[in-house]
Amino acid sequence: MKVTVDQDRCVASGQCVVAAMEVFDQRDEDGIVVLLNPEPTAEQAEDVRHAAAVCPALAIEIQD
Amino acid sequence: MTSTVNPVDERAARAPEFPMARAAGCPFDPPPELRDLQQEGPLARVRLWDGSTPWLVTRYADQRALLGDPRVSADIYRPGYPRQAPMPPGGSGVSFILKDDPEHARLRRMVTAPFAIKRVEAMRPGVQKIVDDLIDEMLAGPNPVDLVEAFALPVPSLVICQLLGVPYADHDFFQDNSKVIINRDVTPEQRSTAHGNLIEYLDGLMGEKIAHPADDLLSGLAERVTAGELSRNEAAQMGVLLLIAGHETTANMIALGTLALFEHPEQLALLRDTDDRRLIDSAVEELLRYLHITHSGRRRVAVEDIEIGGEVIRAGEGLILANDIANRDPGMFPEPDRLDLRRDARRHVAFGFGVHQCLGQPLARMELQVVYGTLYRRIPTLRPAAELERIPFKHDGSVYGVYELPVTW
Repeated sequence: MKVTVDQDRCVASGQCVVAAMEVFDQRDEDGIVVLLNPEPTAEQAEDVRHAAAVCPALAIEIQD
Repeated sequence: MTSTVNPVDERAARAPEFPMARAAGCPFDPPPELRDLQQEGPLARVRLWDGSTPWLVTRYADQRALLGDPRVSADIYRPGYPRQAPMPPGGSGVSFILKDDPEHARLRRMVTAPFAIKRVEAMRPGVQKIVDDLIDEMLAGPNPVDLVEAFALPVPSLVICQLLGVPYADHDFFQDNSKVIINRDVTPEQRSTAHGNLIEYLDGLMGEKIAHPADDLLSGLAERVTAGELSRNEAAQMGVLLLIAGHETTANMIALGTLALFEHPEQLALLRDTDDRRLIDSAVEELLRYLHITHSGRRRVAVEDIEIGGEVIRAGEGLILANDIANRDPGMFPEPDRLDLRRDARRHVAFGFGVHQCLGQPLARMELQVVYGTLYRRIPTLRPAAELERIPFKHDGSVYGVYELPVTW
């Protein structure tokens, strides 16, 4: 699995952090997404898929 | 030339009025007409207070697609936007929730930092103390008591005051004015006066924060005013938005959620008997889905033609996305009318979807997790002190809930 994020689209909802905090974080100054790990492990995959599904700005892209 | 009636016009002529009434005896369920329309098809025409007939979108998948679609505008000044009420006379501008990007994003990003997950988590112990102290006071005070007044309203009001840097001593003033603003049945003049009162109040606070900055959100906005990034009026608008949204909605979720749990004792027992964070978090998501208190529909207007389910929404036509019935869409949530705290309800749209999704949702979720995870455990005999039929519901509110909830223990 490969993950990319679009910081311009991101609205800082933080739901990706709630879903998968080993993979996503937020910038201190404005809460915009920071990708910690672009290649999540198999164990993290389901949480990352959930993060992409609940992202209100559709700012997370996944390639399998 | 034939004289066939345009089917779109005919449908507009038959359009039912919106918002619709809930069924008697079903205070937790969306209006039955919404369910009928959802079953009939993806789009319907409804008639608003001003005679306009925007599209009503009822299904979960369509709503998510439209709320995430850049061809859809949230700009209240754009022709065709389905307004909830007449624009107030001599309006003082609108906050970013009624604007489009890039202006919306510019303003919103000024206030996103305090709602980041880690910042909200850092507030959790303070919220837990507020909740514990209010429960202590309740237990030491009169019994029965109105849960709204004694608990549901003070919890989020105290929290948002702390976050913004608003003196809690002023809570009667801002709660009373907020109540007017979010009432569907007040006159435009009444709403405008209440809004003006709050703008004036926040403007005064902004002056104090500019002179004496503190460690709070309003002081952050004051810095931006000083730096010329934000006008003082924009800052006051944002302050009013955050103050109203920060206490009214969560207060309604606390009181209405408690009443819904009273009506589902086996579900209440789950919360009363657990300290499992996963179950508590899941309960919050399910109650958000099931109750869906923002029951007036998300309002938008199409800026280009958009096809949905074989029909075309024309540029300039209004859209109402009834999120309450989307959260009861059987295509998304099996047995949608059943309250089931153990189900995975996380994909609900109680906070909306798209770039305008509720800014405060991480804070609201955390507050509700603390409240639902504490109140029924601390007061295991908590129960209603009035019949359901006697509880006054906010049918006239743009946000749903109860005006009072007498409880005993």
